[in-house]
Amino acid sequence: MPAVQETVERVRRIDVDQYRYGFETLIESDKAPKGLSEDTVRFISAKKNEPAWMLEWRLEAYRRWLTMTEPTWARVNYPKIDYQDIHYYAAPKPKKTLSSIDEIDPEILKTYEKLGIPLREVAILEGVEPPPGSEPSANRKIAVDAVFDSVSVATTFQKELKAAGVIFMPISEAIREHPELVKQYLGSVVPTSDNYFATLNSAVFSDGSFVYVPPGVRCPMELSTYFRINERNTGQFERTLIIADKGSYVSYLEGCTAPQRDENQLHAAVVELVALDDAEIKYSTVQNWYPGNSEGLGGIYNFVTKRGDCRGNHSKISWTQVETGSAITWKYPSCILRGDNSRGEFYSIAISNGHQQVDSGTKMLHLGKNTSSRIISKGIAAGKSQNTYRGLVTAHRKATGARNYTACDSLLIGDKCGAHTVPYVEAKNSSATFEHEATTSKISEDVLFYCTQRGLSQEEAVGLVVNGFVKDVLQQLPMEFAVEAQKLISISLEGSVG
Amino acid sequence: MSLLEVKDLKVRVEEREILHGLTLTVNPGEVHAIMGPNGSGKSTLSHVIAGKPGYEVTDGQILFRGEDLLEMEPDERAAKGVFLAFQYPVEIPGVTTWNFLHTALNAQRKARGQSQLSSPEFLKKVREVAKSLNIPQDMLKRGVNVGFSGGEKKRNEILQMALFEPAVCILDEMDSGLDIDALRIAADGVNALRSPDRAMVVITHYQRLLNYIIPDFVHVMSRGRVVKSGGKDLALELEASGYAQFEDAA
Ligand SMILES: Nc1ncnc2c1ncn2[C@@H]1O[C@H](COP(=O)(O)OP(=O)(O)OP(=O)(O)O)[C@@H](O)[C@H]1O
Ligand SMILES: [Mg+2]
Repeated sequence: MPAVQETVERVRRIDVDQYRYGFETLIESDKAPKGLSEDTVRFISAKKNEPAWMLEWRLEAYRRWLTMTEPTWARVNYPKIDYQDIHYYAAPKPKKTLSSIDEIDPEILKTYEKLGIPLREVAILEGVEPPPGSEPSANRKIAVDAVFDSVSVATTFQKELKAAGVIFMPISEAIREHPELVKQYLGSVVPTSDNYFATLNSAVFSDGSFVYVPPGVRCPMELSTYFRINERNTGQFERTLIIADKGSYVSYLEGCTAPQRDENQLHAAVVELVALDDAEIKYSTVQNWYPGNSEGLGGIYNFVTKRGDCRGNHSKISWTQVETGSAITWKYPSCILRGDNSRGEFYSIAISNGHQQVDSGTKMLHLGKNTSSRIISKGIAAGKSQNTYRGLVTAHRKATGARNYTACDSLLIGDKCGAHTVPYVEAKNSSATFEHEATTSKISEDVLFYCTQRGLSQEEAVGLVVNGFVKDVLQQLPMEFAVEAQKLISISLEGSVG
Repeated sequence: MSLLEVKDLKVRVEEREILHGLTLTVNPGEVHAIMGPNGSGKSTLSHVIAGKPGYEVTDGQILFRGEDLLEMEPDERAAKGVFLAFQYPVEIPGVTTWNFLHTALNAQRKARGQSQLSSPEFLKKVREVAKSLNIPQDMLKRGVNVGFSGGEKKRNEILQMALFEPAVCILDEMDSGLDIDALRIAADGVNALRSPDRAMVVITHYQRLLNYIIPDFVHVMSRGRVVKSGGKDLALELEASGYAQFEDAA
């Protein structure tokens, strides 16, 4: 895209004052200049046609962010991030279009093949499009059908959702179309001042999903970003807000097993969930961001704040995650169990290989009476990776009858990796019962030999053993997602033995 | 051509020589029994034939149908028809026995260029085999060997042997931990697999097993060597007099 490049070059040449001066014209450009200032925030907000209140909200976050420092408590090491050396806004542009499947990197194609993703879907994911006015050939036909299909599927889905009264749209649209809902809930679970990365996100978030399920409605389908194909590239600062009103239910799928690369190294997403009385939210993630090369260079830094608020009585929030990608993962999907009898669940598979560093876990904050939570974490470390589970379970003074069960299992493959478990427990109410179990094991030579003696290759053997190890968590995923995730797990451990 | 030929095999584990030049020739259709005191190297021999890592072969050869077995990965050996029923089968939590067997069988078939068995095809096959060995169906639904009793683990080994239909079956103390009825059933399972083109190597401490599985040859191992070979009567002799006489020979 020469135009973009030109803009970037032009922006580089102007100093701050000129930049201020030239602000109006810059609005026309696709990319904000590098660096973060109030003007960057204004630029983003203007780009999104946001109402004044939203800009104010962002600015407040920005000012707060200036007073904060980057957290260092996690067990991750990375070179210092230069926050002024980052573009904070790029217009969501379609991926580089390819004219046929043949143009896709063969390595990437191979991965798709192993994942068992049909070619037509590969075409969508990789943005294959027929050149205008060209003769249809076999490959192009696939692409055209695929794009056509995805649009029609998405439209059908939208109709069905509308009939049920479910709102599912990009958050940028929701800010304009449902300001009352956004105002009421945005930042109500993860306040703008929450933590360094969340605050940064609040100032500069690009886009993300907004979901509202009205009282008593069971969302008629699993909601997936996959079906918002046009807004797939929401960028590095994603913001998601899901509200399940009284007695409603929704299951949301985030991410996909397909390999994802991004030119932006820093990712800081925020996800907020609100469940009112008797409502239930099931949030499933499969994360497969680029982990970096064999020397550990170039992977994504993923600093994510995900939190669910069981605001109503008898509400339930369940997080399930399969984390296989990113160079650095810093992520603790949590539940605030505010309503009486509310329930929080966290099921996690975190795999690290190569030079990946994972510091992930959850927080279960028991505030209401008879609240319960369950944590099942499966960490798998291979290669030279470091894999840390970090968990916090607390019971407030008023949380009589709070119950938690935590099971944290780590599996090591090879002897150059590390697994660490850091559980914090804090009960201010004597009636709380917290149970914690933790195991660390290695895939033993004996088990591998047993499998290979029966005809499995080393890699198949590791895949099988690992899939057995994570089974309890995989079962929590919706069916199709689980099948893909299972294959993804085997793929991400390739080359981990031998 | 012999099915399996172990020639003058010397094996080290962690700088210590365990097998000191062992020779064993097994032809199709034959059943060989290997007996010998604890620590004489019986399991080591079976592991090296099957390709377990961690053993250093410093001398000698193992040929399978004339091919150099030591050059092959364990899974290649399995696909060629080498099967080892383990003395101590491992547990694999979260992997159902049924899924494990299906995956393994298809991996072997793939390596041999045979078609993959669909789930229904496999289910039919495994049910038949399980039934003939008196193995209850729900054992197949449980994690591989997880929570199995000692006897159940051994039966699961025989089940796999019957399912994979290997050319050479090495049974490492399949009789230990089996009650008398289970022993009979397992032995019947092994006998049912006897055929003119399949060979068995039965490692045991007890002559009793050889009443059920009647061997063509009996070998006595002591301190990493075969010190005596003979017919099935050798086992009876051993039962009566013990290993002491051979210890000296070794
Ligand atoms: N990995 C190992 N490291 C060190 N020594 C080993 C190892 N494996 C086997 N040995 C030794 O090799 C010798 C032979 O062991 P092996 O298990 O082959 O005996 P065995 O004849 O099968 O005995 P048993 O009848 O008790 O099963 C023993 O002295 C044992 O301690
Ligand atoms: Mg032994």
